[in-house]
Amino acid sequence: MSESIVVRASKDQPVTFTQQELGWLPWLDPLPEAEFTERHWAGLVERSRAKSDYFRLLVRDPQILEARTKTDKDIFYNIADGLPRAERELAAAATSRYNGCIYCTSVHARFATFHSKRRDDIQRLLDEGVGADLGERWNAIVSASVALASTPIAFGQGHIEQLRSVGLDDAEIVDVINGAAFFNWANRLMLSLGEPSTVVEA
Amino acid sequence: MRRWLSNKTREKDRTMSTEPKDVIDLLAGIEPGSSLDGIRARRLQARENAQKSFLALFEPTDFGDVAVAERYAVAAFVAGIHAEPAAAGFYQSRFARSADRPELVDVLRAEIELAKTEGPYGAFPAGPLSVEDKAGLSYCVAGESRRVLGARIAAALEHAHLLVFHLRDADPAAMRALLEAGWSDTAIVTLSQLVAFLCFQIRTIAGLRALGASLGHRANISAKAG
Repeated sequence: MSESIVVRASKDQPVTFTQQELGWLPWLDPLPEAEFTERHWAGLVERSRAKSDYFRLLVRDPQILEARTKTDKDIFYNIADGLPRAERELAAAATSRYNGCIYCTSVHARFATFHSKRRDDIQRLLDEGVGADLGERWNAIVSASVALASTPIAFGQGHIEQLRSVGLDDAEIVDVINGAAFFNWANRLMLSLGEPSTVVEA
Repeated sequence: MRRWLSNKTREKDRTMSTEPKDVIDLLAGIEPGSSLDGIRARRLQARENAQKSFLALFEPTDFGDVAVAERYAVAAFVAGIHAEPAAAGFYQSRFARSADRPELVDVLRAEIELAKTEGPYGAFPAGPLSVEDKAGLSYCVAGESRRVLGARIAAALEHAHLLVFHLRDADPAAMRALLEAGWSDTAIVTLSQLVAFLCFQIRTIAGLRALGASLGHRANISAKAG
């Protein structure tokens, strides 16, 4: 049996939410590339992901990784219509901030800043938390994301009316639901299979 | 350890029919041709792969190290502690069909009630965020339930509770507890995906159901106005 726990030195663990790039260290052994079959390569979707410890750990179950990756890509990168990219990333960052995933928050805060050019507002979400006042449109998206992340789920008619009142149509509201719901999947993998590090491996 | 996977269960695995309908549509009450059906069709790859994710976890080409009854036990527990009736009923009934000992179903139902709480809570790494630390239930399968469910499933339910309610408390000790209860590295990845996927699927269903209800309400208003 090759099962082992890789316990990391926690001295490099970030202790605040940040837009800086972070590394991520797995607590279980990623699958060595030498042991990959064709099914594993297919599960990665993109071969370049074999460089990532996170994806080489998840590829131990290639069937679910492949379906998850394709779900993720369509929710966030299909820009044919619907919610602007910046606001899908805002839903991801707000969900991650509320659940407490420092790694996911760093990635999607950075993406939200890149697409919106509102770095200071995103930083206030990170510093002050999901109660930060980001203007009524962003507040509605953050508040809907938070309600959806809560257990029991607190999302309801009030959130839908709030999203409509700031100009979102039904398809855009579905993008908020998809994006926020998806990060309840991502946060749980990132938080429970390894830990973030301020040291970014090349 | 593997008494969950009797020959009878294996037989049922093969005969359990493939779900013909999209589970999110089914549980969110989205009818073909409805407005939400049309909106979901504009994110076709996401819709199809959310369903493929469900199939990958519950009807995979290779069950590997995690038996179907174990998968549905964890799913029934996760859906149950979310207190979302449609998903809870769906996975509860799938679990009842896959479990070959009826007493398991009753024990699991009782555990769901003991495990319910409100999340997310948990501790941040010691530092400036510690002021946001929030204490909450650390769920443990105890006594007779542990004896009936066995150490392996008890460990899976405890881990599922951690992931659903206080995910930021996850640490290497949680991995060690699973390994010691007989979960391999690969089985832990499958278990983690299963719990995390359900947290996505259940929220998508709740969100779309709420949106669908508001559309129905608007349709009623315009019908009355007309």
